[in-house]
Amino acid sequence: MATFGNLSQRLTDTFKNLRSKGKLSAADVDGTVREIRRALLEADVSLDVVKAFTAKVRERALGDEVNRALNPAQQVVQIVNEELIEILGGDQRRLQFAKQPPTVIMLAGLQGAGKTTLAGKLALWLREQGHTPLLVACDLQRPNAVTQLGVVAEQAGAAIFAPEPGNGVGDPVKVAKRGIAEAKAKQHDFVIVDTAGRLGVDAEMMKQAADIRKAIDPDEVLFVIDSLIGQDAVATAKAFQEGVDFTGVVLTKLDGDQRGGAALSIRGVTGKPILFASTGEGLGDFEPFHPDRMASRILDLGDILTLIEQAQQAFDEEEARKVAEKIASDRFTLDDFLKQMQQLRGAGSIKKMMGMLPGMGKMKEQLENFDEREIIRTEAIIQSMTKLERENPKVLNGSRRLRIAKGSGTTVTEVNSLVQRFEQAAKMMKTVAKGGVPQIPGMGPMPGAGGGYAGKKKQQAKGKGAKRSGNPAKRAAEAAGKSATGGSGSGFGLGSAAQPSEADLAKFQQMLGGR
Amino acid sequence: MAERSWSFANVFRNVFGGAEPISDDTWDDLEAALLTADFGPETTESLLEELRDAVERLRVTEVKELRRMLRDSIEDRLAAFDPTLKLSDRPAVILVVGVNGVGKTTTIGKFANYLRSFDKRVLVGAADTFRAAAVEQLATWAERAGASIVKPQQQGQDPASVAFQTVEHAKSEDYDIVLVDTAGRLQSKGGLMDELSKVRRVIEKQSPIAEVLLVLDATTGQNGLAQAEAFIEHAGVTGLVLTKLDGSAKGGFVLAVQQKTGLPIKLIGQGEGIGDLTGFTPHVFAQQLVG
Repeated sequence: MATFGNLSQRLTDTFKNLRSKGKLSAADVDGTVREIRRALLEADVSLDVVKAFTAKVRERALGDEVNRALNPAQQVVQIVNEELIEILGGDQRRLQFAKQPPTVIMLAGLQGAGKTTLAGKLALWLREQGHTPLLVACDLQRPNAVTQLGVVAEQAGAAIFAPEPGNGVGDPVKVAKRGIAEAKAKQHDFVIVDTAGRLGVDAEMMKQAADIRKAIDPDEVLFVIDSLIGQDAVATAKAFQEGVDFTGVVLTKLDGDQRGGAALSIRGVTGKPILFASTGEGLGDFEPFHPDRMASRILDLGDILTLIEQAQQAFDEEEARKVAEKIASDRFTLDDFLKQMQQLRGAGSIKKMMGMLPGMGKMKEQLENFDEREIIRTEAIIQSMTKLERENPKVLNGSRRLRIAKGSGTTVTEVNSLVQRFEQAAKMMKTVAKGGVPQIPGMGPMPGAGGGYAGKKKQQAKGKGAKRSGNPAKRAAEAAGKSATGGSGSGFGLGSAAQPSEADLAKFQQMLGGR
Repeated sequence: MAERSWSFANVFRNVFGGAEPISDDTWDDLEAALLTADFGPETTESLLEELRDAVERLRVTEVKELRRMLRDSIEDRLAAFDPTLKLSDRPAVILVVGVNGVGKTTTIGKFANYLRSFDKRVLVGAADTFRAAAVEQLATWAERAGASIVKPQQQGQDPASVAFQTVEHAKSEDYDIVLVDTAGRLQSKGGLMDELSKVRRVIEKQSPIAEVLLVLDATTGQNGLAQAEAFIEHAGVTGLVLTKLDGSAKGGFVLAVQQKTGLPIKLIGQGEGIGDLTGFTPHVFAQQLVG
């Protein structure tokens, strides 16, 4: 996996160089675009698509859009991400249902793409939604494919129609036709037709697939493709588009470590939407496809979107506003500290959130060592304090600390270190509130320092606390940036490519509640 | 598919048509051709660099000459490793591994048939106890090839125990060659990869393993290298089998795999027919790539 790590690193480095500059020169953009091109090629995106893509990114990056921007690197990442999502199909499409049941779904693809397994997954998925799918065994080519479909159907609890034994015996077109009739007779509302794997260059087999299609007139023809496929994705997709004119795509084996650039190629070349992703060998490992998440995967920029979503849900805006006001008026207390931390925990596992951050890949090991229970312990300590102590930590003398330690099942040392951490955090908050740049570990200098965020905070400090960014992502970033833990704050900063060093991470852990 | 304008040979025909002089466009087209054949950016760069140096040094001006040089260069790189299968042990145990859907079972069927044509007594072991009907699929192939088969005694039996029984049976019945099929697994699945190590260990208790063949699908892209690395680590792969070469994919990534891992390609699969398996000849392979 060496190549992937290196690439992600190189790309991050390029972005880092961009970050330090106020403006982008044509040479900067060219350098970045070259790295992106290489990254896309390593991710098996087809050459034509890569060319068109990089040309577009370059054009947009050199346009006014970036030159006016406060943080060029951020803008470039955004352009790249937007363009990727655009190619991948923007919103997801749902399965097309027939007006008059049964809805007929035909599966087609290369050998070993995972059609038969997918037939079972699809059947299970439909059954869970209250449908009664019928599986039709039209792969009469591969030895015992019919048997395999039978087993899969049984596992999915679906009916199967397999009049021919397979292994080269029988006519798949006839079987398909009879399968539809069978479904109508037995009132199945979905028919899934499994076909033999075929190569795009095999004219005879492609004709057979076209004949099956003609005979059953399916509502959806799903092109099943292995996400491990390389540059050949384009040729194969084109061949199947001409041969069977598929209506949607299913990506399989997405549980591996490949980037799945094929998704991009197929969308770019055929324009057909990707409907589903198959992510494992169990029949339940099957889900609707998220274009935006795939975009992040291809370029390894982290699952930023998911992160933003989670942070937004978890972060109570009202709460954030109150905190902002408190910071401004210098009344940030241990209670607030606790609330902030609980909110962060509500956002899901911190480990998971940090794992989603771009550039964090190499820090997995340290993430593993990070003990989430530290936060629970910190909570316990604060909860063992009286109201007075929480509001005004200065009253914490030796005997009070001993009582708290006993109450929370910790030691005085731990209580001491918590108080220390809180004081640090409070100090940092004040700096931010006064419009300075905080030293949040892992962030490096704040993106757009002196401009964007810091400016807004300055306004809040002057008592206009209610004024927040109109952009929800930014708003969450602001709020998080203010939180004592700084966890999600660094996440958004990272969107612009700051790469926290290991020492930074250690510091970060300490703030979150480590020793 | 009437027109295969994207095919590698065609691209090269465009690149190398007639006695035209080498220009910047030639290099661009060449790069595109290599990338499209899945050589990957790194190998492409290194090949191009080598060629540029050679062109400079030898003062080559003709595109035709460049084409020959490229073919030689690819051939040299491929020929650096020995593609012979070592099957001198009795029984010679061959373990076949790979990710899902690359054609492991089919390869075993074809390979068994090939070995049978030399009058070897071949036994296949159905240690893919996971995928639905994999055992039946292998049984059909074994029957076609005229080989015997050892099947699991119950549903979902531990693959290692099936492998063990297969080798045990081969020893007691004096089979020449044993082919052990395994379930497909993605290399990122740690648990499944460990299972493979176990299969290997268990077989070795009975008899040394002659060859561990990693089956790679020619349509695979740059992930092929990651696959090879993981399977070497867990299964001790000794050779590669490249399948589905009858399609439009050229499998250029194997060059990178060979260079990074030092593993030779030993067999090539070119279709679903029982005879569609051949040994690997660097010259022919390079010829097919460059056209």
